[in-house]
Amino acid sequence: MAAITMRLPVARRAVGPSAPRGGEKHLVAPGDTITTDTGYMRGHGTYVDEEKLIASVAGAVERVNKLVCVKALKARYNGEVGDIVVGRITEVQQKRWKVETNSRLDSVLLLSSVNLPGGELRRRSAEDELAMRDYLQEGDLISAEVQSVFSDGAVSLHTRSLKYGKLAQGVLVQVSPSLVKRQKTHFHDLPCGASVILGNNGFIWIYPTPEQKDEEAGGFTTNLEPVPLSDREVISRLRNCIVALVNQKLMLFDTSILYCYEASLPHQIKDILKPEVEEEIVLETRQKLLDLEG
Amino acid sequence: LPSVPAPPQMRGSRSKALPDRAVVNCQYSMATFSTGERRRRPHGDRQAGELALHLKQTFEAAILTSLFPRSQIDIYVQVLQADGGNYCACVNAATLAVMDAGIPMRDYVCASTAGLAEDTPLADLSSPEEAAGGPRLVLALLPASGQIALLQLSARLHQERLEAALEAAGEACRALHAVMDRVVRERLREVTALMGD
Repeated sequence: MAAITMRLPVARRAVGPSAPRGGEKHLVAPGDTITTDTGYMRGHGTYVDEEKLIASVAGAVERVNKLVCVKALKARYNGEVGDIVVGRITEVQQKRWKVETNSRLDSVLLLSSVNLPGGELRRRSAEDELAMRDYLQEGDLISAEVQSVFSDGAVSLHTRSLKYGKLAQGVLVQVSPSLVKRQKTHFHDLPCGASVILGNNGFIWIYPTPEQKDEEAGGFTTNLEPVPLSDREVISRLRNCIVALVNQKLMLFDTSILYCYEASLPHQIKDILKPEVEEEIVLETRQKLLDLEG
Repeated sequence: LPSVPAPPQMRGSRSKALPDRAVVNCQYSMATFSTGERRRRPHGDRQAGELALHLKQTFEAAILTSLFPRSQIDIYVQVLQADGGNYCACVNAATLAVMDAGIPMRDYVCASTAGLAEDTPLADLSSPEEAAGGPRLVLALLPASGQIALLQLSARLHQERLEAALEAAGEACRALHAVMDRVVRERLREVTALMGD
């Protein structure tokens, strides 16, 4: 008779950092008056009603000199120029592709913003338009950079560098954009044997580190060789670690993911998803991060 | 049990898309086990359509739709246990869902029913009280500003009694607001503490 394990969930209190850092944050809910002083400019998450500045989302108030805005806990991705995003192609239109990033409106990747084989400065001809589907189809994953933002909030992407392009074999993890820390670079090669792209829109792509950096023609050729088992284990462990960090609401950046990976080594890969193991690992990660700073 | 599939999405309804505002789309359904007798058809009956329309009107007043041109906000609510005040429970739950999704709103929307039983105003009627046939007042309130999002009266009520019933509903809404506010703030505190700086 095979043994079956049954687990009954119990309400758990999240274990946070023991010493609260920084000052007290001003937490507001919609309808709360932030200030009645008219000297402030209003930012996102607020609206003005009869000379009072009122919050419209539930979150923490951020004040920069005279600008007051409320940052919501969980919101869709708001594009900013220069961000790295990972997205999935949803539509192929006449001269552009529609890309799903985790934002309010679908992002746009123009044909003129991609690198086509044959050189940088080629004119886009009618054949290129017809051959669009050969480069990127519906369902493909790409990594790109935000070129500009339209007035209604839609984001325009470009892949005009060899490090962006179609993504081949790997694992995608979708998290909330507010958990991805802004850093100088979002492409990391972790020493444990895998690489990770932390998209600012909350899509995280984990893939095996390529052996040599070959110069491909515009990043559209995909490498479909079978991935060895050891690499696959590393990638699965990383994916479970990221899910654990997200559940415990820890900011995601390369150091935190690496520490979490190291802390999880004693456990089996599938055990990382159990709540008590998750808490233990993340607590250890938090501790190491604090030691790093202190 | 509401779900707001994380904030605004632009769906295929491009023909209905308004160029300067968001469209709020509500769908209401009841589970078959929610009322006393097992319901046959959980979707598509007239009551569901009417409730969905009321929800839509209420939330269009409460959500700042001018911030999301050309998009659509979907709110799906499913009632698991119905004991009077279905619309009110939906409104309260959807308020929390919209707030959690990070969609900007003017204020909380708290809703409550009120009625009269021989000159005594009652608040938050249960289903036997509703079925008794007295006048029933449904009020959806934005507590901070005191603005009314929706006011509905069924059966006839004398003008002099209106004040009392309105008062009772208003008090119930404010009490609800206090409870919801407390829960939201606790959750905010928890999450900001976890997220660190």
